Amino acid sequence: MPAKRREIVPMALLWGAGISTIVILIVILAYILAKGLPLISWHFLTTNPGVRGQTGAGIYSTIVATVAVTGVALLVAAPLSVGGAIYLNEYTRENLLRKVIRQAAEVLAGIPSIIIGLFGFLFFVIYLLPYTGGWSVLSAGLTLAFMVLPISLRISEEALKAVPGELREGSLGLGATKWQSITTVVLPTALPGIITGLILGMGRAIGETAAILLTAGGALGVIQSLRDPACPMTLYIYNILTEYNDTSAAYGTAAVLIIAILAITFITDWLMNSYTKKLQGL
Amino acid sequence: MSGEIEISVKNLNLWFGNFQALKNVNIDIPKNAVTALIGPSGCGKSTFIKTLDRMNDLVDNVKFTGEVIYKGRNILNSDTDVVALRKEIGMVFQKPNPFPKSIFDNVAYGPRVHGIRDKKALNEIVERSLKGAAIWDEVKDRLNESALRLSGGQQQRLCIARLLAVEPDVLLMDEPASALDPIATSKIEDLIYELKKEYTIIIVTHNMQQAARVSSHTAFFFLGELVEYASTIDLFERPREKKTEDYVTGKFG
Amino acid sequence: MVVTFNRAVRTLRRSGTRDAGERFIQLILLVCAVSSIFAIFLIIVFVFSQGVPFLAEAGLGFLTTSVWLPADSFAAGTWGIFPIILGSLIVTLGAVAIGAPLGIACAVFLAEIAPPAVRRLLVPSVSALAGVPSVVYGFFALLVIVPWIRGQFGGFGTSILACWIILSVMILPTIISVSTDAVRAVPREYKEGSLAMGATRWQTIRSVLIPAASSGIMASVILGMGRAIGETMAVLLVAGNSVTIPGSIFAPVSTLTATIALEMGYATGAHQQALFAMGVVLFVFILILTGLANLASRRRVTF
Repeated sequence: MPAKRREIVPMALLWGAGISTIVILIVILAYILAKGLPLISWHFLTTNPGVRGQTGAGIYSTIVATVAVTGVALLVAAPLSVGGAIYLNEYTRENLLRKVIRQAAEVLAGIPSIIIGLFGFLFFVIYLLPYTGGWSVLSAGLTLAFMVLPISLRISEEALKAVPGELREGSLGLGATKWQSITTVVLPTALPGIITGLILGMGRAIGETAAILLTAGGALGVIQSLRDPACPMTLYIYNILTEYNDTSAAYGTAAVLIIAILAITFITDWLMNSYTKKLQGL
Repeated sequence: MSGEIEISVKNLNLWFGNFQALKNVNIDIPKNAVTALIGPSGCGKSTFIKTLDRMNDLVDNVKFTGEVIYKGRNILNSDTDVVALRKEIGMVFQKPNPFPKSIFDNVAYGPRVHGIRDKKALNEIVERSLKGAAIWDEVKDRLNESALRLSGGQQQRLCIARLLAVEPDVLLMDEPASALDPIATSKIEDLIYELKKEYTIIIVTHNMQQAARVSSHTAFFFLGELVEYASTIDLFERPREKKTEDYVTGKFG
Repeated sequence: MVVTFNRAVRTLRRSGTRDAGERFIQLILLVCAVSSIFAIFLIIVFVFSQGVPFLAEAGLGFLTTSVWLPADSFAAGTWGIFPIILGSLIVTLGAVAIGAPLGIACAVFLAEIAPPAVRRLLVPSVSALAGVPSVVYGFFALLVIVPWIRGQFGGFGTSILACWIILSVMILPTIISVSTDAVRAVPREYKEGSLAMGATRWQTIRSVLIPAASSGIMASVILGMGRAIGETMAVLLVAGNSVTIPGSIFAPVSTLTATIALEMGYATGAHQQALFAMGVVLFVFILILTGLANLASRRRVTF
């Protein structure tokens, strides 16, 4: 059949596009993991970086910095985004306010991280210096909160939207107040989706570099307080690549980051599947 | 009409935006009896019962006038505590809507939101409610299983049990058996027969045999108006209005 | 013992304290909801407060002249970012030219052709691609793509081409996920109608599905463009960062984002303000692209 034969080339190209996307991912991951995994050891994870990234040292303080910066970002962004999503989905109907907020979140998500970094530098590092300590974990974390917020807001809102309206009616019909219905029926049902949003936001914070470059300060010591300057893992990779001759520590650090990102991908994938199943009662 | 009146509706009008869904409805609902509301789809019967527990408040642009007298007060007044009202006037929905929680937690939900924390008390309420809804024997060994694993008919009886747990006085049922098979339907009907001893029941149904089987009084709605309201036997066998007769004899609907 | 609610508390009058409590919660949630608007407001106010005065003083020459010799004071420096803007545009358009066809094809494959097993592999792959930190992409590009270009074509290797390759990969997840949604949103009837007329799968994809999904696909490409023009770390590592008008795709290039990131570390005075002004320029580009993406996805589809 000639029609069928003419199909072969375009179909092969479409298959090629799909497969090459997977291959690209595997090549990048495999390259970094192949070079980086052998470097990862207990010693590597628990020892501080040496001067000028000397071999044999570890990345302990950069892991601490990443955890601290991400923690601050989530601590601020989580309540704002979940609270905002609840407001949008449970307390408003389709109206102007809702459209404006959604549009704002979309614009916020699209602002390049370097611009958010510029803002964070000006606002948190310079303007709020007496409170944040200037270049610090606090400044970096608060800056990142601006990037986590729209991601988590959008996904939380989708999760809440997926909760069937009958459940709300059922709860209100039993004489529960609106807030009781939200906390005891709507939120528990939407929880896997909300957590997915927070984890994806967390992934964004862990992987961010440009905004950190302008706000964290880059000091390699172990932080003693949130107002200390710090060097999260991503920034450490950048510093090694641009300043040091020995780049091996960058492979190890990148491998740790990749493992974290893969874990996040699998956890969110699994959570969303369990969410779907939960709503179907399996 | 003999017996005590539970709810007295006077000159009730209701609009969704510019559309008038209920037109000057007057009806007295007897206590501890089953009142059936029948009529073609869109006739206002569902809107009517959702007015009785103010569930229509959840809809955009809803306006109403008139009075719904319950326990001596007009519950349409703006100072009515709709939350407390819905505890006393419970609703069973068309589609069973158990929460994605365990069977136990579904029934204990109402008492818990109303402040009962004591485990023993909750156990007792759950058992009593499940027995009241004639589902205890089927679920007593699997109270911790997800309610979503029950069959449709069991889910609906669980939703009734969930309602009984908050000790309402009135049960509103919006086509409670329309999504169920005949066997599950007959179990619900048997249950309604039992429940009317203690509760005032208002049931919306499109199934006239069902109305005839379970109710003592029947109201026929058409295009937002209450056309005729009488004892079920009278309404079906000696309808006063031509419209009612056409509907109950199957000429339209 | 029979447990029962206290009948006495069952009055039907509204409870003032509970109403107030619910209203208070609602107010707090409202504050959370408007925080996104507030965040944008803050960002614009602070970035523009530094950038706009500089733009006003430097005038149009800032955008159209080509010599970039920044200094602490305005009078001492030479302020022309035309090569930098050009660099951003070249890098972005090239990346989209490579990434968009691949991404769109992958989206069609994902939505229409991929067997479930392949789909189960591809979907998490796309999210993992989206999750890989940009500095890791830059790292990979610097240590694999740049040496390859150097070996094949000579020069430093840090070049427009290196940016194109790595950025085209980085924008894939955006293009794939938005395009996949667009293709999936095409009503089944269109597809079935075409297939029922004896059209082959590819004919159906080409003449029904892609045209019907074209507005969403266009939006995905524009969003990918926004991602490319805003990307910093990968570009910073492989662009070469030379403020000159590039002569070939193997020449180094400088972009708005990379210049800001590179020079913020030591800039002071007018130089720092100039970097904020570049941030304003970038912001305007992004706003235009976001607006276009919105227009594209709202456009009515006729075909």
